[in-house]
Amino acid sequence: MLKLRHTRGQTSELSTSSNEGYNVKALLSSYKIILFKYYFMNSELGIRIPRPLGQGPSRFIPEKEILQVGSEDAQMHALFADSFAALGRLDNITLVMVFHPQYLESFLKTQHYLLQMDGPLPLHYRHYIGIMAAARHQCSYLVNLHVNDFLHVGGDPKWLNGLENAPQKLQNLGELNKVLAHRPWLITKEHIEGLLKAEEHSWSLAELVHAVVLLTHYHSLASFTFGCGISPEIHCDGGHTFRPPSVSNYCICDITNGNHSVDEMPVNSAENVSVSDSFFEVEALMEKMRQLQECRDEEEASQEEMASRFEIEKRESMFVFSSDDEEVTPARAVSRHFEDTSYGYKDFSRHGMHVPTFRVQDYCWEDHGYSLVNRLYPDVGQLIDEKFHIAYNLTYNTMAMHKDVDTSMLRRAIWNYIHCMFGIRYDDYDYGEINQLLDRSFKVYIKTVVCTPEKVTKRMYDSFWRQFKHSEKVHVNLLLIEARMQAELLYALRAITRYMT
Amino acid sequence: MEKMSRVTTALGGSVLTGRTMHCHLDAPANAISVCRDAAQVVVAGRSIFKIYAIEEEQFVEKLNLRVGRKPSLNLSCADVVWHQMDENLLATAATNGVVVTWNLGRPSRNKQDQLFTEHKRTVNKVCFHPTEAHVLLSGSQDGFMKCFDLRRKDSVSTFSGQSESVRDVQFSIRDYFTFASTFENGNVQLWDIRRPDRCERMFTAHNGPVFCCDWHPEDRGWLATGGRDKMVKVWDMTTHRAKEMHCVQTIASVARVKWRPECRHHLATCSMMVDHNIYVWDVRRPFVPAAMFEEHRDVTTGIAWRHPHDPSFLLSGSKDSSLCQHLFRDASQPVERANPEGLCYGLFGDLAFAAKESLVAAESGRKPYTGDRRHPIFFKRKLDPAEPFAGLASSALSVFETEPGGGGMRWFVDTAERYALAGRPLAELCDHNAKVARELGRNQPWPSAHCKPQPQCGQGCSPQGLGLFNLKDMAPGLGSETRLDRSKGDARSDTVLLDSSATLITNEDNEETEGSDVPADYLLGDVEGEEDELYLLDPEHAHPEDPECVLPQEAFPLRHEIVDTPPGPEHLQDKADSPHVSGSEADVASLAPVDSSFSLLSVSHALYDSRLPPDFFGVLVRDMLHFYAEQGDVQMAVSVLIVLGERVRKDIDEQTQEHWYTSYIDLLQRFRLWNVSNEVVKLSTSRAVSCLNQASTTLHVNCSHCKRPMSSRGWVCDRCHRCASMCAVCHHVVKGLFVWCQGCSHGGHLQHIMKWLEGSSHCPAGCGHLCEYS
Repeated sequence: MLKLRHTRGQTSELSTSSNEGYNVKALLSSYKIILFKYYFMNSELGIRIPRPLGQGPSRFIPEKEILQVGSEDAQMHALFADSFAALGRLDNITLVMVFHPQYLESFLKTQHYLLQMDGPLPLHYRHYIGIMAAARHQCSYLVNLHVNDFLHVGGDPKWLNGLENAPQKLQNLGELNKVLAHRPWLITKEHIEGLLKAEEHSWSLAELVHAVVLLTHYHSLASFTFGCGISPEIHCDGGHTFRPPSVSNYCICDITNGNHSVDEMPVNSAENVSVSDSFFEVEALMEKMRQLQECRDEEEASQEEMASRFEIEKRESMFVFSSDDEEVTPARAVSRHFEDTSYGYKDFSRHGMHVPTFRVQDYCWEDHGYSLVNRLYPDVGQLIDEKFHIAYNLTYNTMAMHKDVDTSMLRRAIWNYIHCMFGIRYDDYDYGEINQLLDRSFKVYIKTVVCTPEKVTKRMYDSFWRQFKHSEKVHVNLLLIEARMQAELLYALRAITRYMT
Repeated sequence: MEKMSRVTTALGGSVLTGRTMHCHLDAPANAISVCRDAAQVVVAGRSIFKIYAIEEEQFVEKLNLRVGRKPSLNLSCADVVWHQMDENLLATAATNGVVVTWNLGRPSRNKQDQLFTEHKRTVNKVCFHPTEAHVLLSGSQDGFMKCFDLRRKDSVSTFSGQSESVRDVQFSIRDYFTFASTFENGNVQLWDIRRPDRCERMFTAHNGPVFCCDWHPEDRGWLATGGRDKMVKVWDMTTHRAKEMHCVQTIASVARVKWRPECRHHLATCSMMVDHNIYVWDVRRPFVPAAMFEEHRDVTTGIAWRHPHDPSFLLSGSKDSSLCQHLFRDASQPVERANPEGLCYGLFGDLAFAAKESLVAAESGRKPYTGDRRHPIFFKRKLDPAEPFAGLASSALSVFETEPGGGGMRWFVDTAERYALAGRPLAELCDHNAKVARELGRNQPWPSAHCKPQPQCGQGCSPQGLGLFNLKDMAPGLGSETRLDRSKGDARSDTVLLDSSATLITNEDNEETEGSDVPADYLLGDVEGEEDELYLLDPEHAHPEDPECVLPQEAFPLRHEIVDTPPGPEHLQDKADSPHVSGSEADVASLAPVDSSFSLLSVSHALYDSRLPPDFFGVLVRDMLHFYAEQGDVQMAVSVLIVLGERVRKDIDEQTQEHWYTSYIDLLQRFRLWNVSNEVVKLSTSRAVSCLNQASTTLHVNCSHCKRPMSSRGWVCDRCHRCASMCAVCHHVVKGLFVWCQGCSHGGHLQHIMKWLEGSSHCPAGCGHLCEYS
């Protein structure tokens, strides 16, 4: 199962310095050559040859901005090689994440460990859980990838007809999946108990931790997929077409997202608005950061003030939604995996659901979550911990066109804003900062990516931080998905801890 | 005695009294601290801040410091500390980053004294100077440590931990100016309070965050640290480099550590997650806690010894909203429940057995097998009078060696190396192996060559050979006490008349059957003897109700009951000697099973028809292989399995095969017969086995210049940009197969080295090493 990338007509020559067992570049290139041969034979032989759809790995980011396979540096090359060796493909997620190679390395290592290395769950369960998790967000990209993998490791195709065809044990996990994806704060130890004490269908603690890690991983990966507009792989539904190139492109993912006209969108209207406007945006943001840095000590808010700021931010985050929030029917192919489509984030957010406050000082990842995961599923705690660390601390000290900026304040604001949406509170954080640093369009984007990723549109992606680079927007996405994963994990692990004590 | 008197003097004549007790708090506690008069304890948490008086029978709430209508985050305490010089002075660290001091001498209800809001993140720890009245130190999540003088409004000095979160700060008790701080990245730093610009010393103590540290109250420079990696380490800081003195491995991440007063090597720990108990360890005995307190139902968050000179009272606060006083004499002692016997086989059949000395002394009194050829050797450990566990820890080790003349396990190695398993026709393999077995005096019946080529026998040929099975082997596993008088040198020729072809098969290779030739059985005998000893002695020394004291039976997988089986051969010989057995009649020699687990084995020693279906023999071979495997001779079982391949495989279930393979491979690897073991892995048809040598096939190479791992390519180092693997002969970079001497680590192109070593025995690099190429 080799992934083909759309190429623009040139076949790069086979790399000559290949001394390793495999060489991604060479493999890809030779594949391209074969593909081209088929292109030409096609017309003569009348074979239907798939043609890649879309423009590169992401629909949001112009292909020319994304690193081309073949032009990577040594570090990235090694990463590509590892990824290719582990998965037998170079997927679009990898190609977008390679903006941040340091993170990508840790991400791939973790994902490889979760899916392929020793663990309490059998391989086909792992992929099926991945499918379940991705399907909660109607992420056909991930579902398609894992359907292939699931079948590849010998999974029963019948299970793919819906959760009710899977073993009872997996069906039991459905409820946790649902709650975890949309309202993790509702997880109680009763959920855990229900899974662990179900007679012959019960999960062991180690299996459950593995499943929880997988679920949270794929929930947040779905966020990334939509947040960065990852294009379908060529071998998957919606990734290719048999139509001649002239016919207008069309792909399932676009329908799902309600942005049919992505391809036709001319040079993005948002960018045209006014370059100077967005320039001031960056300037203003930097000014605010400077102010906050300086006047922090002078203006000391009272305790009540601090508490209410958190509550306000939490409540407001409920209502932050884009105006073009329209009803979307899930793609048929994916919907079969989850029985309860009505259960989503939106339903209660309209009614202003009360989210209880979770004090991070009482249960945090570093002290508690890590210990629990590492105890029940050795080594994974370490891997995830590294990943969180890298994502949280990643910085190039740049902001748009500015260099040598300390972005820690901005990163912390984003991280804490996401946790705030999940009701997780840091006693030592002034939530007033969030309001100063994150403007509305950015909040809308964050909120949508984290809570209802299937509704992300290119317009949302374009309309925040207009002056920032694409790599910086991908960076934001990494923060979003890791913060989301940690939030979900914290709730799930706390429930498990409570069950155990 | 001496210790006792010291306690009383230290306490000023009044000995502490009390009992194990607990009281319920309204909310989970995060930390506790004791007043220097040992009569009061302060408990702090997110929504609790109270002082309790410790009375004889109970805790009595004395003061609630949480006053005011609206609960403020300043009162949400992460840590609390009571000044050891001033009974009225307390300090708390708040989760929002505020450090608060409290003066109990204030007349008003609100005892809050000063507020320091300098930290930007949660303050994890506060610590008073042990002798200075006004010096307070704090460590925070924001990576800074601040030193406050309580007479001033703000901090005196700030110490930067380079943006790594500080988890603990502790003033040294002995060195006036020194304090230690621990960090989330695993580092420990030592600071001089007068020099805020840089730390005196820094080292990595743990993998992952270091949650706590504690200076030894008496030994200058001893620092105990506890981390998320579940370890407690004791460091000696007096030397030039911090030296790890002791390391205790616990079962969960270590949240707090406190040295036990008056006991030089004891410290108490509690954990952050999962484990709710408090342990007191003797650092010299890092595997079993000296004492254990099991009162809490949720994780223990704070521990404190009640008095700095009294080792028997420990106070603790917990997430389960309770405050406890533990008495050392009420602690449970896991040592008592530990199983003090150990037993281990050596590679060459030696057996070592360690037990409490008293146990062994009793045993040696009635040494049962005097005429035995085995030699028990006794070692006695010299007792260390300073050792507190002398009574418990003194043990005797006895080692039983196999008979020196018996050759140990040499036969195993030889057989493994010489057996041919593949690459030749079946008949040749069998011949070869039979010869090897004969030469080594092994009772491993390989199909003999005489019957091999018979075309009409088809697949039946192998069972024919196998029919020559020596039944003397059938009296195996004879226990030491019932040493069977083996029929040594009982030369015997079984003549078996086959059908029309009338091939005479002479069984010759079962002549020299001696006890020493069947070491597997022999070893079994050892075990039996030992085990019986243990059973006999147990009741005298162990608590009978304690199941752990009885050695579990599973430790002896090969054990059978000792039954004095009549030797089979005579019986068989009678039959075999009569040559006129009709063709259809099968001569069956059945041996009574010696144990229920020992399957009934029938050996058809028969004349049979060439028209018999081949799978007729499958059963026979299967039984034979099972028999060998049961005896512990997996070598035979696996070798036959490989050689006969498809012919027998289907008769034996997958799991058994896999079990045999793994046991054999394990044995081979213990004897470092890597090549043989790999061959076996390769030839095995079991999927689980054949993937064994596909795991961890990565070879990591370090650069020969800078010693760093080379990540991307094998021949050029990314860091020092030099070619690492140069051929010692042609001085070019080796990009393909690189062969190197494991003695001097010089090497080069395979071809070059081969050629060089043909002509010279010295290393081509000129280092003078005599390299070998094999």
